[in-house]
Amino acid sequence: MVGLLFSGLAATLIAPFIVRLPVRRAAWLPGIFPAAIFAYLLFSLPAMHTSRERIASLAWVPSLEVDLTFRLDGLGFLFSLLIALIGLLVVLYASDYLQGHPQLGRFYAALMLFMTAMLGVVWSDHLLGLFVFWELTSISSYLLIGFNHEEESSRKAALQALLVTGGGGLALLAGLVLLGLSGGTFALSTLNLRGEVLRASPAYPLAVGLILLGALTKSAQFPFHFWLPGAMAAPTPVSAYLHSATMVKAGVYLLARLNPALGGTPLWNTLLVCFGLITLAGGAFLALSQHDLKRLLAYTTVGALGGMVFLLGIGTPLAVKAALTFLLAHALYKGALFLVAGGIDHATHTRDIRSLSGLARAMPWTASGALLAGASMFGLPPTFGFVAKELLYESTLAHPAAGWLILFVFLAMIGMGLVSAWVAIRPFLGPLSFHHAHENSWLLWGPPLLLGSLGILAGWQATAVGELLIQPAATAILGEAQKVKLSLWHGITPYFLLSLATMALAAMAYLWSKPVQKSIERFFAHLAPLGPERGYRRAMNGLIHLANFQTNLWQNGYLRVYILFIILTTLALATGALLFNAQGLHLPAFTPPRFYEVLLIGIILAGVGAVVRTTSRLATIALLGTVGLSISLIYLLYSAPDLAIVQFAVETLTVILFVLVIYRLPKFTRIQGQPARWFDLFVALAGGTLMTLLVLLVTSETFVSLVSPYFNASSLPLAKGRNVVNVILVDFRGFDTLGEITVLSLAAIGVFALLRLVSQDRKKP
Amino acid sequence: MNGRSLLLNVAVRYLMPLLLIFSVFLLLRGHNEVGGGFVGGLVAAAAFMLYAIAHSPAEVHDLLPVSPRTLFTLGLFMALLSGLLPVFGNQPFQTGLWLPEPLPVLGKVGTPFLFDTGVYLLVIGVILHILLTLAED
Repeated sequence: MVGLLFSGLAATLIAPFIVRLPVRRAAWLPGIFPAAIFAYLLFSLPAMHTSRERIASLAWVPSLEVDLTFRLDGLGFLFSLLIALIGLLVVLYASDYLQGHPQLGRFYAALMLFMTAMLGVVWSDHLLGLFVFWELTSISSYLLIGFNHEEESSRKAALQALLVTGGGGLALLAGLVLLGLSGGTFALSTLNLRGEVLRASPAYPLAVGLILLGALTKSAQFPFHFWLPGAMAAPTPVSAYLHSATMVKAGVYLLARLNPALGGTPLWNTLLVCFGLITLAGGAFLALSQHDLKRLLAYTTVGALGGMVFLLGIGTPLAVKAALTFLLAHALYKGALFLVAGGIDHATHTRDIRSLSGLARAMPWTASGALLAGASMFGLPPTFGFVAKELLYESTLAHPAAGWLILFVFLAMIGMGLVSAWVAIRPFLGPLSFHHAHENSWLLWGPPLLLGSLGILAGWQATAVGELLIQPAATAILGEAQKVKLSLWHGITPYFLLSLATMALAAMAYLWSKPVQKSIERFFAHLAPLGPERGYRRAMNGLIHLANFQTNLWQNGYLRVYILFIILTTLALATGALLFNAQGLHLPAFTPPRFYEVLLIGIILAGVGAVVRTTSRLATIALLGTVGLSISLIYLLYSAPDLAIVQFAVETLTVILFVLVIYRLPKFTRIQGQPARWFDLFVALAGGTLMTLLVLLVTSETFVSLVSPYFNASSLPLAKGRNVVNVILVDFRGFDTLGEITVLSLAAIGVFALLRLVSQDRKKP
Repeated sequence: MNGRSLLLNVAVRYLMPLLLIFSVFLLLRGHNEVGGGFVGGLVAAAAFMLYAIAHSPAEVHDLLPVSPRTLFTLGLFMALLSGLLPVFGNQPFQTGLWLPEPLPVLGKVGTPFLFDTGVYLLVIGVILHILLTLAED
């Protein structure tokens, strides 16, 4: 398992290069990774069936007892299967969809990164490991939504998705830490055995709140649902994969995963049922006001995710099975429909359902894929969607408050049925609206057709699917062995009648599509200004205003003001600290200075004096350089050759840097009046005095260091180096150095960007 | 940087190789004596900047086989790789691994040395990136 994750990271790195190999179909090569996962899963299938788990562990930070433990159980298996299967299809699909795109390499790199991260999420058994991968999915999703980064709308949508899911991620981190602390362990599998303790702990409500915030933002639940339709700016294969089949289900996964630890309380159940139900109904009805194929699908995805959260909130074994069945059915049909939408877009360059019609004749294969997937979404027997819908009704009817709940669910399902007809049937019937439309290559119609057929196959073989996939997953969620018997036909039951009524009403609504759509549009036109997206926009604008305000306040552009502030703050704080903790100053015994010391001090003083008097910038720099070099000689005298040589080199480069900069500065002028200069003198003297005092104080303390003797003693035996300074830098404190050099690289990029921006601004008239 | 100086030109021709050799020398001896990747990188960067002043920033670009940006990216990757190598051997990140026998000229070779070389390249890259960008326009 660890090997697979590492090969995913490796695939991320090499993907940009291998897709450019001069081989036919080089863009298929990244598909090896999901194919390998798929193969691995097939080999694990027997183990899953007997409820055995696969575990792999990798020491990460042993000193903090943080290990990367991975565990593959029934729940993880179901998710990994979707990740691998749809991942493979998406790689193939994209090889044609994005053929010849100049940034194809970047696309595949981000896609591979996402796959790895998503696998990490569903395999991690350590809370922090899970969190790291969770965030990684947000980041790779950001990169993929913003793939067409030259369009402003893409960038905005990407940022919005990142801020919403990333913000939720922060809450999640806090929640997971609380959970880990109150459970006494960060291992998920152990936590799930300590549910009693966790639910009784005082931190429980807060932990649940924070974790829910993380899960609900990720799975686009109300009121955070708005980022998902925005995310449709991503290329269609990405929407099919991340924003319908896998990533958005990570929130559902987390809720399911933590069910044994946190679930079963009134708080948990009520919250999930409420948020899930609002999202289910809201998503389905928001969808009805849309015309764009992808946005129609996005809103129904929001609704479907709401349905899964709702079912997990009901929490009965039946509801959990229903949630899993719905999840699988949804991934199959929604993935397929997104790919169909992409195919239509590819062939006709539009996704507006009002202008699409009659495509069945031009694109028969795409149409059959759409029909199969649409039937599953509509819930026609014998599709898997039918099985899922029956279970949904059955679990809802068993709830104590069934009367209200069923009404919402029923209406939402009618809405979804209507949308499925709009997406899967309407573009293909009637007179052909695009005479240039033609069937795409098999790479664009094959994957949706396969997914659609799988939906039918799963419905037909519902019993086997239930036993092989749903049963192990339900066992993992509920924490005790489950028997799952899915079947297509239950006889005439209340939920079967409900299902029939849904289909009938949806079909009738389809026949009156135009008036239905009109009235819903009018309704939402009144409602639109109240949506949560407005709150998001306001918050963002407010943040930018605040940032502008405080930047103008502090970053006023006067270097001397900055320095003044820095020195005055240091002075105030240090003086305060000294006054409160004064320890008596022991002056060291006076030793007569050596000749070179006097000489060097003389040079430094002369240099400083001249710097203050001169009016030439070049002279200032040269004089400051003299001061710096003298200081490096002082280091040498006091046997710190490492410091001396670094100081020497830095000083040289600083002078060069200054010389390059002064070319850009305006002519030297004295802006300040005489009083200000007296004040500056006072500040400078005070600063100097304080530093001197501090040095004297520090040296007069008898300071016992535990670290230095250790470093001195173990430098050679442990790190095989005699130069302790360098050994500390590259070995003992190597991690710090790694951080520092990363910052250094970022600084270089930042400086470059700033300089280029400035010079571009100047070039503009 | 217009006013070219013949003296500087000739001096740089001899100084630059010396400085570069000195920087590598600093890098190599760093583990046991005074020196190290950071200082070595600074010295090498200073050598290139000297060349830039004597000739022109563009000529430094021609002189370098890769752009400074590539250089510091490479350095960062090298440092990261040196930390990751032990992970593949199931040891914690950044465990020092050493070849059993010292190599001629290079001396003892291990992941900290790789790390230091990464730092060396990164320092050169970062400084040249900033200074040459400043000098260019």
